Amino acid sequence: MDAASIGWLALPLAILGGAIRVSTPFIFVSIGELITEKSGRINLGLEGTLMLGAMAGYAISYLSGSPWLGVLSAGLAGMAFGLLHGLLCSVKRVNDTAIGISLIVLGTGLAFFLGKPLIEPKAPPLPSIALGFWSSVPQVRAALDVNALFFVGIALAFAVYVFLNRTGWGLMLRTVGDSEDAARALGFPVLRVRIVATMAGGFLAGIGGSFLSLSYPGSWSEGLSSGQGIMAVALVIFARWRSINALGASLLFGGAGALGPALQGVGVTGYYYLFNAAPYILTLAIMVASTSRAAPFADAPGELKLHR
Amino acid sequence: MSVPQVELKNMTKRFGANLALNNVSLLIGSGTVHALLGENGAGKSTLVKCLVGFYHPDEGHIQVDGREHRLNSPKDADALGIGMVYQHFTLVPSMTVAQNLVVSGARLPAYINWQSELRRLGEVTRKLPFHVPLDVRVSQLSAGEKQKAEIVKQLYLGRKLLILDEPTSVLTPAEADEVLGHVRSLARTGELSAILISHKFHEVRRFADDVTVLRRGASVRTGAVADLTDDALAEAMIGEPVSKMVQHAPKSQPKSDIVLSISDLRVNGDNGLPAVKDLSLEVRAGEIVGIAGVSGNGQLELVEALMGQRDRSGTMTVSGSSFNGTRQEIARLGVYGLPQEPLKNACVDRMSLAENLALRNFDRVPLCRGIAMNYGALADQAERLVAQFRVKAPGLNASMSALSGGNVQRAVLARELTQDVRLLVASNPTFGLDFVACEETYRRILEARNGGAAVLLISEDLDELLGLVDRVLVMSAGRIVHEVSAEGADKRVIGKYMAGLKAA
Repeated sequence: MDAASIGWLALPLAILGGAIRVSTPFIFVSIGELITEKSGRINLGLEGTLMLGAMAGYAISYLSGSPWLGVLSAGLAGMAFGLLHGLLCSVKRVNDTAIGISLIVLGTGLAFFLGKPLIEPKAPPLPSIALGFWSSVPQVRAALDVNALFFVGIALAFAVYVFLNRTGWGLMLRTVGDSEDAARALGFPVLRVRIVATMAGGFLAGIGGSFLSLSYPGSWSEGLSSGQGIMAVALVIFARWRSINALGASLLFGGAGALGPALQGVGVTGYYYLFNAAPYILTLAIMVASTSRAAPFADAPGELKLHR
Repeated sequence: MSVPQVELKNMTKRFGANLALNNVSLLIGSGTVHALLGENGAGKSTLVKCLVGFYHPDEGHIQVDGREHRLNSPKDADALGIGMVYQHFTLVPSMTVAQNLVVSGARLPAYINWQSELRRLGEVTRKLPFHVPLDVRVSQLSAGEKQKAEIVKQLYLGRKLLILDEPTSVLTPAEADEVLGHVRSLARTGELSAILISHKFHEVRRFADDVTVLRRGASVRTGAVADLTDDALAEAMIGEPVSKMVQHAPKSQPKSDIVLSISDLRVNGDNGLPAVKDLSLEVRAGEIVGIAGVSGNGQLELVEALMGQRDRSGTMTVSGSSFNGTRQEIARLGVYGLPQEPLKNACVDRMSLAENLALRNFDRVPLCRGIAMNYGALADQAERLVAQFRVKAPGLNASMSALSGGNVQRAVLARELTQDVRLLVASNPTFGLDFVACEETYRRILEARNGGAAVLLISEDLDELLGLVDRVLVMSAGRIVHEVSAEGADKRVIGKYMAGLKAA
């Protein structure tokens, strides 16, 4: 069977496949950012963390031959960056937004510097699960060839939901992020909780980065990220600080991001760059619609002063 | 754990050069309610914050059942069963009451089964004489409900000494009876002791066994409530024999012309839900209209909409022309305000006193020449106003935040009331002020009224309101539910409307 025989069905299939692929890093970075923001701090440096994770993951996968070891070390690199952010912001009168922006520059710079020798070699990529095995249509097989990390991301969204709503530590994290006064009155270690939350956020963002370099076919280049780390911050607001929503928002953005390539795949080549801008146009439209002053922001952490 | 006897001995605390506590001793007998009475800044809060481990006294110590304890943090107070209900609440706004209760427990549970947890909490709250919803977010509770939820939290934690900081400022009289009555009966049955911080004599009289009066950081009077008269308490509080309250000028016949007219006003609160619902009212020249209500029933939103600080729908006219709070309209129509928390709502705290005094007219001659400021005229005006309204400040160029609450209020009074006032909107204008500043504020408001201005006075203090106004409107759940002239007003009836027990 060739592409023509399934006709326009190829388009939604290509979008589905693209959505799954593009959304995976979004899922990790946005849920990581969500955990950090729930503690009352914002880490804008996740773009840098993402690039660092992509580089570290690729490097370790190449050196060790195990992509999963690469994912783990990407997470650890991200965690180290989270620790750096967490510690710097714990100094009095240091602004988390400014630190975050400088970490974007530091993270990408570091990744480019250390990643120079990685452009040539080929590291083993992450395995994908062929969910399309039942079909003989190549487009279906391609769309349902899903990377294992995607499923980890879905499980993560639900795990974070349970953590935030059904565990004592989750309630403690929310208390710290929502009212520092209350947290202090209850004797919670506010700074420690925030640092750990930023480290967790960095860990997940690092893993999101490793997906960029280690998903099929897998390569390291300086153009790997196109602002996913920044976009994740907007996604968290759009998702109203709820992890399941963040999963949905990531999929939506993934789908929008896949629109351009998918159209190109079925032969619509005009307006390619315009369609590629779809996620950004979507971001703008959604932010305007969802952050109007009248809309309630019940889940926004009170210590974050950005939702006013 | 039985209820301990708690004793504070010779407590002294300095903040820089300021002596906040001067050798204060306090004995709270087992199973008693001890009232702390005093003006703002008398040291009440400092004293109890030492007791819950927030501050560390420079001298003195704390004994529980005769044993000395050092309280280094609120956790140490926790361990002794001492808990405090703060004036600014320490509940987490985005969490439900149940989540707040669970997170405040001594040990955080690893996994929470909400079904069984809610059942357990329900059993605790069912025994209380007042209702607190468990599965509602704290941000959606009224201030009174928050207060009750705070108290439930402390009871849930099994406190043996409960400290209540001005608990009734956000409760209706009936709610205050329920809550304080319950605390009192718990004390009677020997389940806890309590410290009640208050400045209302009748509360102290009804609910406390003993009372200690603080003035300027020193304990000036202590004894059983039954042994002390109101006059003696008042004298101890302000340090001089009480003069008569301000004689309220005879109420002039209001002129007929309507100054402020609001109809079908709708305003949303911070949470995006309607806070003021289809509200209409009128205020005539030469009358004071009071809005009574428990805090959190839309008064704040009403005032902010009125002063142009908040979006609204509905019509609002002043002297016949529509009013949207622009600078031109304010000057032309003579609309001025005494907001609550004046430092936040009427001042720029990092600007100087002189600059703050000029905020209303810095863009007019003689304070400006073209686009340049005339700092000489600005200083002259500040000097004149400071003298006239007796504002005490380190200097005209001192930052506004260096002034005490009473002096910030005086400065705002000076700035607002020396304009050509035709409508004055005062919102809890005496909140947090001392006796003298309160009386002065009342006098100035009455003067403005007698000068022919229309005054809209929003206050959560029913006694204050009834002493000043010509007409009372009761606001509940965003609507005006009751209107009565001040002469015919019955506090109990108004209280029922405030509580929403009676509909309009």
